[in-house]
Amino acid sequence: MSTVSSPVRGAAARATATPPPAPPRRGPGRGWRVTPWLFLVAPLGLLVLFTYVPVANMVWYSFTSWDGMAPVKEPVGLDNYTRIFTDPDMFSVFLVSLYYLAGAFLQLALALYFATILSFRTRVRNFFKGIIFFPYLINGVAIGLVFLFFLRPGGTLDALLALVGVAEPPQWLGNPDLANISLASTSVWRYMGLNFVLFLGAIQSIPNELYEAADLDGATSWQKFRFIIAPGIKQVIGLTTILAISGSLAVFEIPWIMTGGANGTTTFVIQTVQQAFEFKKFGLASAMAVVLLLIVLLVTWIQRRIFPDEKVDLT
Amino acid sequence: MATKHRITGVAATAAAALALTACGGDAEPGQAADDGEPAGEITVITQRTDIVDTVFQDYKAQFEELYPDVTVTFEALTDYEGEIAVRMNTADYGDVLLIPTSVTKDQYATFFEPLGGVDELGETYRLVEEAAYEDEVYGVSITVNTQGLVYNKKVWESAGITDLPTTPDEFLDDLQAVADHTDAVPYYTNYADGWPLSQWDGNRGAMGDPEYQNTHVAHSDTPWADDQWHGISDGLLYDVVAAGLSENDPTTTNWEESKTLLGSGQVATMLLGSWAITQMQQAAEDAGGSADDIGYMPFPHQVDGTFHAQVAGDYKNAINVNSDNKAAARAWIDWFAAESGYAYDEGGISPLLDGPTPETLGDFDAAEVEYVEMTPAPAGQEAYETDVVNAAEIDLYGNIYRQKLVDIARGAADGDKESYFADLNQRWADARATVGE
Repeated sequence: MSTVSSPVRGAAARATATPPPAPPRRGPGRGWRVTPWLFLVAPLGLLVLFTYVPVANMVWYSFTSWDGMAPVKEPVGLDNYTRIFTDPDMFSVFLVSLYYLAGAFLQLALALYFATILSFRTRVRNFFKGIIFFPYLINGVAIGLVFLFFLRPGGTLDALLALVGVAEPPQWLGNPDLANISLASTSVWRYMGLNFVLFLGAIQSIPNELYEAADLDGATSWQKFRFIIAPGIKQVIGLTTILAISGSLAVFEIPWIMTGGANGTTTFVIQTVQQAFEFKKFGLASAMAVVLLLIVLLVTWIQRRIFPDEKVDLT
Repeated sequence: MATKHRITGVAATAAAALALTACGGDAEPGQAADDGEPAGEITVITQRTDIVDTVFQDYKAQFEELYPDVTVTFEALTDYEGEIAVRMNTADYGDVLLIPTSVTKDQYATFFEPLGGVDELGETYRLVEEAAYEDEVYGVSITVNTQGLVYNKKVWESAGITDLPTTPDEFLDDLQAVADHTDAVPYYTNYADGWPLSQWDGNRGAMGDPEYQNTHVAHSDTPWADDQWHGISDGLLYDVVAAGLSENDPTTTNWEESKTLLGSGQVATMLLGSWAITQMQQAAEDAGGSADDIGYMPFPHQVDGTFHAQVAGDYKNAINVNSDNKAAARAWIDWFAAESGYAYDEGGISPLLDGPTPETLGDFDAAEVEYVEMTPAPAGQEAYETDVVNAAEIDLYGNIYRQKLVDIARGAADGDKESYFADLNQRWADARATVGE
């Protein structure tokens, strides 16, 4: 509230000068200096209490050898971080993330494709929009279980393949070469709807006149996409790319529910959970969480350097 | 620490029916004294989400009739281990709870009220040393289990097998006969659910030596040698899978379904604690068979011509050290062990020394199996094995390294039995060096 006019300030000063100090009077459209902060106390308090304090705690744990229960937390300096960066087993699980990263880019491409098609006049397009977004609304545990039955030997997928004459389908989850691909595909199925909606919203915010002008100039569909849609939704593409990359580094839910990290599907987060709850190394697990946070921040920073946040001007 | 691992099964029986009957209803302070007559309100935390609204309500009625001043409320946790560990960071974890496996013995006094001396409680209860630290007992078992293999008798008989296998090799031959002569899957690992794999650790008593884990396991640099328990048991698991005698795709197994599979004879054998027998009998009846189809055999390993099987306590009831109504909580624990009939109904051995033995273990009597109560680690050594496990990151009581073992055996991961066991021995020895004796 920097725009308090001077007569009011004078009035307030006079009011506070008279003992006992009466509360400053408030006129229409004016307020105390502290008023906005009073409104912010609740959200800021909650933010600090439930976000920053726990994160600070986690950082503190990462420098200890706490077992998750003991009242005493023994400081061990940088031991946990040394372990993470020297033990090859710790980092090799990031290779699993590559499957999900590849899946994420496939997912972005598909989402963009569908969003573009469905933003033009298409028959029963609202129905298709619903179909594509629907999986995102389903609970992740339910999806895990559904796909577990879908992918098991003799399950739905195998039954469908048998109809088209595939007699001996592979073990979608049992074969270590396929397991991660199956899981990444499940992840694509689940999250494509979200990207799709983001893209669709961005595309629909592009003014219609641009398309009309392009039509007059005789532009093809591809040209409209290349020169109107793609630049118009550049920011959303950038944003979803960050989300896709950080999401594929932090994959947890789907592999945890479907395979529990067995058969070479352990991701970094699953490994963190195992260290914390299986081997009671909360200190090490906290350090792993901090490392993951730093990696995600780094990826975001690189992304921002490559695609700076500039105003898009289509005209 | 033989106490640590054979309890997941009970938790896993919990069907979907989750019912949080009460939330955090700690007794109000001042309502009843700590010492003296049982009175006030107690919250009992249980892992049995499946029967908290049925059987446990009967317990409540009976108990409150006996102690009219006490009100019992239950809280059932679906993921008992995970949820209770978090709550134990506060003071609010009920009045009576089950000692979670993640608590090491030296932490008992921080969280639980001592119930009495080892000698004193040992006159009444079995296996009190399992939850004792420095001569104080902190928990009483809710039931006592033994270990072995549950199998479908009809399937084994139709494969032409008449006597129990006495060595791992005979067991493999029998499974091969099941594979050759029946349509059943000879052995089901339950790999995907994971915890059934941890049952392979729980029968160290099969070595016939009550002192086994005080002289071997954490006191050995080579637990996976041919003549040591983990070498024998994990070796058998490896051989079963490597010979193709287990289910086709282990990654999509399902525990609830496996009960039906065994009950209906589509699966012949599973290694599980004795707590599983009643559930399998139920499954057999549900599948149109009879409870008599389900047999229970000791682990195929004999010492001097005799089978041995370990007996060990299940989860143990304990009192929250912060409880306001400790007398009432204590009365519940004693009543639960002596009067509730929980152990008998579950097909378990009674936690009382003079309690009844269940009918489900008739097969063990017929095979003249000798029960072995493991001697707990000596004072000061209680946490040693867990420390080595955590340092080595080989989860003896879990499923991570055994899933890897199954993966190697079925050719889905690199290595073979020799290389993997050598690796395990190496990591174990290194961890022992780090932890120190």
